[in-house]
Amino acid sequence: MPSPRYWREIPNRFRLEAARCTGCGTVAFPARTICPKCRGRELESVRLSRHGKVVTSTVVRVAPDEFMMEAPYAMAVIETPEGARLMTQVVDCDPDTVGPGMEVDLVFRLIRKEDHGGILCYGHKAVPVGG
Amino acid sequence: MREVAIVGAGMTRFGELWQSSLRDLFVEAADEALRAAGADHVDSIFVGNMSGGQFVGQEHLGPLMADHLGMAGVAATRVESACASGGVALRLGFIEVASGMSDLVLATGVEKMTDGADVTNVLASAADQENEVYHGITFPGLYAMIARAYMTENDLTEEDISWVAVKNHKHGAMNPKAQFQHEVTLEQVMNSTMVSDPLRLLHCSPVSDGAAAVLLCPLEQARKYTDRPVRIVGSGLATAPMALAHRPDPARLDAVARSAERAYGMAHVTPGDIQVAEVHDCFSIAEICCIEALGLLEREAAVKGAVTGCTALGGRIPVNTSGGLKAKGHPVGATGIAQTIEIFEQLRGEAGDRQVEGARLGLTQNMGGSGASSVVHIFEGV
Ligand SMILES: [Zn+2]
Repeated sequence: MPSPRYWREIPNRFRLEAARCTGCGTVAFPARTICPKCRGRELESVRLSRHGKVVTSTVVRVAPDEFMMEAPYAMAVIETPEGARLMTQVVDCDPDTVGPGMEVDLVFRLIRKEDHGGILCYGHKAVPVGG
Repeated sequence: MREVAIVGAGMTRFGELWQSSLRDLFVEAADEALRAAGADHVDSIFVGNMSGGQFVGQEHLGPLMADHLGMAGVAATRVESACASGGVALRLGFIEVASGMSDLVLATGVEKMTDGADVTNVLASAADQENEVYHGITFPGLYAMIARAYMTENDLTEEDISWVAVKNHKHGAMNPKAQFQHEVTLEQVMNSTMVSDPLRLLHCSPVSDGAAAVLLCPLEQARKYTDRPVRIVGSGLATAPMALAHRPDPARLDAVARSAERAYGMAHVTPGDIQVAEVHDCFSIAEICCIEALGLLEREAAVKGAVTGCTALGGRIPVNTSGGLKAKGHPVGATGIAQTIEIFEQLRGEAGDRQVEGARLGLTQNMGGSGASSVVHIFEGV
């Protein structure tokens, strides 16, 4: 991933910036310019709460090269109280214990290294509440 | 719109075909389709291909393939919709003939996956790079999440999913073009390596090379090329949000349901009229979700389709008599056309040991990514 590509994503990856449609209330994450539900153009910036609930999950055992050292790891679709959903790793726990309904907090972590330059790329991962 | 028929078909065997290049595969399948119909020219070629660029560093496949077929000069275009590229190439060929723009069109698909590319990463590019792949999800991982969501909502077990692979291998064992012409037992499937919970290795379609081609013309000209044309009576294409997190229900494949509705509507048929179907089982869970979304069976019957034999050869609605993507192989861009060829042969009574007796109406469903695109075609024997 070239650096400008990474830099452009910083608002959503670092700050969990989403967009709420002023027409229908839909929250899109990452932010968009057109509401995916009603096609409204009036969207306001909102920050997602740093917690949520697992909608569905898996344990990745055959991982892409960049994540080989971390396998096996849990991945989940998380829903925040704002109604936004995002894909994250679920860490700091036994991956086999992750499943739908689990309450998680979203924490700022290193996600991967960019290409051969090895530039560190950050974002959010989920950890079980109280875990 | 004019009525459109398929009048010829050709395909390579599917598998790890190290002796054949991307262009070799294309030429073998396309030439076979032309010869089968006795055609010496075409007006236009559509090349379904997911990722020649990433798999072998080759883009611009339209002119390349036309040239190697000895047809430099004709209109030729590469068509991409991830794993649904082949099905969408068929749709574009169908529309071009139906519209009157062309009289003879080759709709093809080709993929060369075993030349050393990082297949996991290439396939992942059919998912959302910024919001899914960035965080470490894989393609099997996405379908595993679909499976888990489905299992949470329904009475679906790992054994139900495994029976789909057992059933498709049984069919594939009878298909001389299949990558895996052998059966597997339920125990082998259930004990195979876990790839991404709850999906195991034998729930996953393999990495394959292959090509497939069909020749289309107006129905009224079909007898010039064959005694047994097969009519395309319906075509539907639909999309859904790209990222799993952006769909209202990760267990539901809305693009499949919408593409099916459009195809049924155009063909003026209902799901109950379909007698044989090729469905996109890139992972065994997908066959179950797709059968339900296509309306071929109600949810509970779809879940148990392979267990009860309802979707096996001889059952109420045989699904994936070719062996499906699981056993026949899944050279991604070629799959949609290969599905079409299985139904073409079924409706012509040429499917040999896999023949569904008296089949007149068949369906194909070809899906891109984790279900963000789906294309359905309905065919009728003439
Ligand atoms: Zn809206």
